[in-house]
Amino acid sequence: MAQTKVDINLLREIADLEGTPKGAYNIRKNGKLDSRCNTENIQIVTKEDPEKPGIDIYVKEGTRNQSVHIPVIITETGLDELVYNDFHIGPDCDVVIVAGCGIHNAGDQKSEHDGVHTFYVGENSKVQYVEKHYGEGEGTGERIMNPQTVVYLEKNASITLDTTQLRGVDSTKRYTKVVVKEGAEAVITEKLLTHGKQKATSEMDIILAGPEATSRVISRSVAQDDSEQIFYPRMIGDDAGFGHVQCDSILMGQAKIQSIPAIIANHPDAQLVHEAAIGRIAGDQLLKLMTLGLTAEEAEEEILNGFLR
Amino acid sequence: MLELKGLSYQVEDGGTATEILKGIDLTVSDNKFIVITGPNGGGKTTLAKTIMGINQPTGGQILWNGTDITNLSITERAKLGISYGFQQPPRFKGMRIRDMLGLAAGNRNLTRDECCSYLNRVGLCAADYVDRELDASLSGGEVKRIEIATILARPSGLLILDEPEAGIDLWSFAKLTETFRILHAKRESTIIVISHQERIIDLADEIVMVSGGKVVRHGPKEELMAHILADTAGSCSFLQSVTCHTKEG
Repeated sequence: MAQTKVDINLLREIADLEGTPKGAYNIRKNGKLDSRCNTENIQIVTKEDPEKPGIDIYVKEGTRNQSVHIPVIITETGLDELVYNDFHIGPDCDVVIVAGCGIHNAGDQKSEHDGVHTFYVGENSKVQYVEKHYGEGEGTGERIMNPQTVVYLEKNASITLDTTQLRGVDSTKRYTKVVVKEGAEAVITEKLLTHGKQKATSEMDIILAGPEATSRVISRSVAQDDSEQIFYPRMIGDDAGFGHVQCDSILMGQAKIQSIPAIIANHPDAQLVHEAAIGRIAGDQLLKLMTLGLTAEEAEEEILNGFLR
Repeated sequence: MLELKGLSYQVEDGGTATEILKGIDLTVSDNKFIVITGPNGGGKTTLAKTIMGINQPTGGQILWNGTDITNLSITERAKLGISYGFQQPPRFKGMRIRDMLGLAAGNRNLTRDECCSYLNRVGLCAADYVDRELDASLSGGEVKRIEIATILARPSGLLILDEPEAGIDLWSFAKLTETFRILHAKRESTIIVISHQERIIDLADEIVMVSGGKVVRHGPKEELMAHILADTAGSCSFLQSVTCHTKEG
């Protein structure tokens, strides 16, 4: 079990963990299994294929009110890994999955974690997926994370994907694909804060593949200093579903943001909406909070905290 | 006590200086309810913003309880107990109404009951609002009432409210005037309200008429009301004819 102060801090940042998680878990540290716990309903199995390292997580049909934690921490400089984690969620489940990656890079070589998470969510199942990315460390080595999340929602299944990356990750390329079948629902909330010279790209394909499929994408981002962000959320209506994309970004310093939402209707009854806005913090918002006794800096922090909550 | 001495404010526009406030002298005694009224564009909002520090005056002095606050920042004035309710309050994506009330009250852990009591005072059914975001999903009237609730939540010696009635429906307005009446009855703070509403003017101890960047009249409500009505009729040919007709009749 990971025990150093650095480990404990990383686990707290990415998974709100104080010690061993409850329920099933799999903690990966520096490219190896650190600890694992299976439960009666949730089995975690290491993949055999050497070309495709990672784990399979099997959640039994009808599993309700249970959680799985699968945090990854990296404390060695120069580590570069690609893992495949596949979630097989049976029908009629209601589970919470907490993932995330924390890199503490104290050295001068880059540390990189690329994870491909694939979810197969059975009929009528409900999944809440929470993923946090966090980087720290006094070294000059880059901290890089390139996550891919692919979700297949069967009939009437639902997933909420909450992904957060606030500070510390030098470069990230995120790709999310969700296939939403009949009556299923996907709510994707992405929160991002970049600073310094960081770069972040997020690309999404949300496919409404059945009648009454619904999806909402809510992207909130803050780009500070000289950082750069690019968003390409694409909502594709292949059937009579409803999709809504909302991208809001706050620009600070000399940062640059591109937001390129696309809505693509391939079915006459698809209903698709997109909204996108980029701008600095409004002056009257700062003034309002200053009239409540906050300094300009405190007001800015409150506005960002609310925006990225 | 609030004292404004020769307060002036001018803006540069294309090389031309325009004076918005032209040497305003005004003294407001402790715990009075003052209504500032007057024609549009006369300088009322500029005056209120200058007292709060949102506009920096180009001349004159502002004293609050004997302390010269002319050069203090907005934050410093707020910490001295001066509050300001915006005519058009901003919205905040992601910030919940309970967060805003907590910031105003200086207590981030306000209970649900405490939040509810502030919201009820402005006629909002609190249960529907506490956890809602202060964003574009709220109507103008709702945002305005939440703005007033934040002012009520702040411990303030001086409350400045810029047209609190604007955008508020008739039923909520009745609740609001009652809240102002109760607040004033406690005599714990000085209240300055910019308003054109008779029911708010009726609550005032004194009325200040601002026009053309100057205080043109200031006195007890009873005295000023007659002047206001006469001035209003005097400036409008239609009203003049109505007045004449009435006299003839």
